[in-house]
Amino acid sequence: MEKSIEQIHDDALREIEAATDDETLKQIAVRFLGRKGAVTGYLRSISQLPPDQRPAAGKRANEVKKLLEAAIEAARGRIAQAAARAGGDIDVSLPGRPARAGSLHPVTRVNNEICTIFSRLGFDIAEGPEIESDYYNFEALNFPPHHPARDMQDTFFVSEAVVLRTHTSPLQVRVMERTQPPVKVIAPGKVYRCDSDLTHSPVFHQVEGLLVDSNVSFGDLKGTLTTFIHQLFDKQIKLRFRPSFFPFTEPSAEVDIMCVICRGRGCRVCSHTGWLEILGSGMVHPAVLENVSYDTSRYSGFAFGVGVERLAMLKYGIDDIRRFFENDMRFLSQF
Amino acid sequence: MKVSLSWLNEYIPVTLPAADLADALTMAGLEVGAVEDRYDYLETVVVGRVAAVTDHPNADHLKLCRVEAGDQAVSVVCGAPNVAEGMLSPLARPGTVLPNGTVIQASVIRGEASEGMLCSESELGLGEDASGIMSLDPGLTPGESLKSALGLSDPVLDLELTPNRPDCLSIVGVAREVRVIQNGELRLPPTEIHDAGRDIEGLTSVTIEAPDLCPRYTARVCVDVAVGPSPFWLQDRLMSVGLKPINNIVDITNFVMMETGQPLHAFDLDRLAENRIVVRTAGEEKTFTTLDGKERKLKPEMLMICDGRRPVAVAGVMGGLDSEIENDTRRVLLESACFNPASIRRTAKALGLSTDAAYRFERGVDPLGTVAAVNRAALLIAETGAGRLVDGLIDAHPRPIEAARIPLDPHRTNQLLGTGLAADRMAALLTSIGFTVRPDGDGALDVTVPTFRVDVTRDIDLVEEIARLEGYNNIPTTFPRIDTAERRPNPALDLRDRVRQLMTGFGFTEAINYSFHSLQSPDQLKIPSGDDRRRMVRVLNPLTEDQAAMRTSLVPGLLESVRRNLSWGTRDLKLFEIGKVFFAADTPAELPEEVEMLGALWTGVRRPAAWLCKPVPCDFYDLKGAAEGLLHALGFEHPVFTRQPEEACAYMRIGHSARILVDDRQIGTVAEVAADVLDGFDINQPVFMLEIDLNRLLPLVPTSKTLRPIPRFPAVTRDVTFIIDRDIETMSILESLRQMKEELVEDVYLFDVFEGDPIAAGKKSISFRIVYRSASRTLEDDVVNRKHKALTDRLIEKFHASLPG
Repeated sequence: MEKSIEQIHDDALREIEAATDDETLKQIAVRFLGRKGAVTGYLRSISQLPPDQRPAAGKRANEVKKLLEAAIEAARGRIAQAAARAGGDIDVSLPGRPARAGSLHPVTRVNNEICTIFSRLGFDIAEGPEIESDYYNFEALNFPPHHPARDMQDTFFVSEAVVLRTHTSPLQVRVMERTQPPVKVIAPGKVYRCDSDLTHSPVFHQVEGLLVDSNVSFGDLKGTLTTFIHQLFDKQIKLRFRPSFFPFTEPSAEVDIMCVICRGRGCRVCSHTGWLEILGSGMVHPAVLENVSYDTSRYSGFAFGVGVERLAMLKYGIDDIRRFFENDMRFLSQF
Repeated sequence: MKVSLSWLNEYIPVTLPAADLADALTMAGLEVGAVEDRYDYLETVVVGRVAAVTDHPNADHLKLCRVEAGDQAVSVVCGAPNVAEGMLSPLARPGTVLPNGTVIQASVIRGEASEGMLCSESELGLGEDASGIMSLDPGLTPGESLKSALGLSDPVLDLELTPNRPDCLSIVGVAREVRVIQNGELRLPPTEIHDAGRDIEGLTSVTIEAPDLCPRYTARVCVDVAVGPSPFWLQDRLMSVGLKPINNIVDITNFVMMETGQPLHAFDLDRLAENRIVVRTAGEEKTFTTLDGKERKLKPEMLMICDGRRPVAVAGVMGGLDSEIENDTRRVLLESACFNPASIRRTAKALGLSTDAAYRFERGVDPLGTVAAVNRAALLIAETGAGRLVDGLIDAHPRPIEAARIPLDPHRTNQLLGTGLAADRMAALLTSIGFTVRPDGDGALDVTVPTFRVDVTRDIDLVEEIARLEGYNNIPTTFPRIDTAERRPNPALDLRDRVRQLMTGFGFTEAINYSFHSLQSPDQLKIPSGDDRRRMVRVLNPLTEDQAAMRTSLVPGLLESVRRNLSWGTRDLKLFEIGKVFFAADTPAELPEEVEMLGALWTGVRRPAAWLCKPVPCDFYDLKGAAEGLLHALGFEHPVFTRQPEEACAYMRIGHSARILVDDRQIGTVAEVAADVLDGFDINQPVFMLEIDLNRLLPLVPTSKTLRPIPRFPAVTRDVTFIIDRDIETMSILESLRQMKEELVEDVYLFDVFEGDPIAAGKKSISFRIVYRSASRTLEDDVVNRKHKALTDRLIEKFHASLPG
């Protein structure tokens, strides 16, 4: 016998540990474990040993074979890992290939929030024309012709009988004309007033709400709007309801919320009052219900209208309503 | 409507601090917009000590004064005869605005510096004395502001009244509301006159020819009138609410209007032809000169106050120049009338006149208040020595007015409010503001409405009064019963939501533009004549000329957005907008057609520059890819993009614009914007524009989906290359293959298009792959080969294609 199995084992391990590439490792495997390899040769030579030594020698040789196989496998892993890092690590801090989503307009975002809140409360969503007849925009809503209440809304006219809708309230009438109670609907959309400054835009967005059923009360209006404001901002926001006047609701209420900027302590945004006027509301005027032939002894309801830009300005701290319509990417991309 | 607390105090002792009163009024529905102290202008007027007086070197009647004001001393030029060393007098510092509008400035008077003004009582609005500068109590401290030194304070509430509350366009009306807030006794001024005779009837008469427009006309006459300034207390009242004193007669009519809400007018009786009043419409009269000296064009239906011959006033709006009170007026006719609100409003609007009188009349005045008001004015004239009252009152009253009586059901009231108020409580609340309430047997209340509450005409108005007086915030907060009825779907809204989500996913940012354009915007887009987009809806009263019409396309707004962003330095934009466009109906009385559109544009780079991608300019196929991605996500498998005919290109670059068809219906376009159109928007880089008509798309959107079986057998692919005419739309070949609906053809897609050498000019080479598959077996080569040959032969024939090489 030329070499003892232990010698073969030691030689092989030394070589395996020294190997730095797959190719060398393969050759090592062939030389030691291949058909003509040292371990194989040794196994073959066992028959020449005295019979009483043969079992122990055979057992040891097979152990060595397994040990070497394992060593080669381990070395292969080590080499692969080294190879993987051969080119150096990548800089994972570098930006990926751009795959940037665009963004929704802040008005859409707030509009969607409002719609979602009312959807959860079981309201349908309806829409109607932006260019409206005088009838739907005013008359059916209990604005008599030549009434000063018409001055409350600076109106764009298309003709004597057609206007750019000044509010989303025409939807109240349109929806009730085609539906019987219970009616639970919100109506988002663009509205138009001829007025333009820091807080007024000739085009802006409103969401109208209407709920008509038997036994709907002013208390229900308060509850619904309180839920809405709490979901839109947070539950700490207090509301107050103030008597006001809209021809199509009675009793009418302006709803003020605690200033969301200063939390009621008083700041520039709330003119140091601690309150923000946020929406108009009221019980649907019986004259409106009569115009759509609802039985006013049986049905009552409430309606409200809220300006989307106004809410978006408060939510995002925007101080000029015209920003919404300039489409400045430096503005839009923040949403 | 301004209300000074000093005046309000005349009718109700005000016990609350001004800010609290303002809050309480706001919560009662009379919104107080602001509270200001009318003496704030005295903050910059200080107590001055005249330390030295010398003659002005260049003017005989002027003096040079050294005035000490605390730690400062200034020189002031003064012309008052009573200025004397050692006296204390008000010194108005530069910046002070005096009640008559004078702004005090540091100046040089005849060569001498004057750093303020020593003021008279009259100049400061504190009294009548204009004879010299005001002499102040020597115990005051020089330098202190006059406002605090004299303890002058008069908070003024600025009420922003809703149109339903004309009763509060008067101090007494506000006092009535204040009485509910803080209790206290209402002290109304005397209005009773016990006439000994009817002497007035010998002097004048009133004829109402238009009783519908003038239900009541009350008049009194004063003689021996001496026109002159009003006593200071009267001027002071008017100034406290921002009115300018004019003369005693006019001041008294204004005073009574502010006090009672009833507008009055004073005529010079001697300047009325035949010394009489006729109330009639303008009829034949074409023009009239109002007391502001302007000639007004009349309409026949306008209500005029006339004398025996011609109009002397626009009823309820403004008096006439010819009958106005002058310094030599000796006999005055006082008018206290009630007019039809709508008629007054129409007239005031048509004449472009907004006066305090018209403002009140068009909202409604108390029809039973005319006598009290005219009596109050007459008594004031007598009391102030401005004239002598003639016995008798004319009260033309063709349409007597009775107070409205409304039955109120307390149960229904509680139902509507969500309250549990007792009927007694409701009655008490209504009584507190002047309603008369009697129980009506069946548990209902019989409510008589005071005539000054012209807004209360039906029971719901009473319900509101009860809610308002009880306090909205004392009404319990409840929740409506929300039933679980099915919500109605809104597919149009859902589609827009989905498109928004997809477009943002593709990297587009949502824009919102005004819906207005200029009337020239179709020209800007080179819209051909006869095209719908020229049917613009015109706005009769636009804010600006570039907002004169409703948009018929989203394109100009989006291009304007590009223009603005370029000017702000943003060159790379992917924007989209969803909104309506409007097409005029045949007549302006009909509602226009409204169409919901998607517009999207891409300009600048394909992808933002980054360390591993160089900035590449975007092109037509970038935007088209987004359009395809959008349509695919919405469930459209093979929308067709085909050349936009030249005559329909409008703003689109010819040959670089496509129509998008779904089920053979055009639903949109995608195109490069023509360079000359971009020039018009100052845009100097290519812009690509997508438009999709969402109204047309909606009914085409697939609503159901059926699963295709997952293939069990392998596919076999064959590639083919054709040489075809350059002008043939490549995809029409693939589409044509799809249309054959061959059983074994599973899919077909393009993978190469090539023009140029070695392909002949005017030709192009296209390569596409056909995927063959059978659902029931593995296809053998020769089956596929036969099928492939047959199909390609048909295409070659149809498109005059040839094979390469």
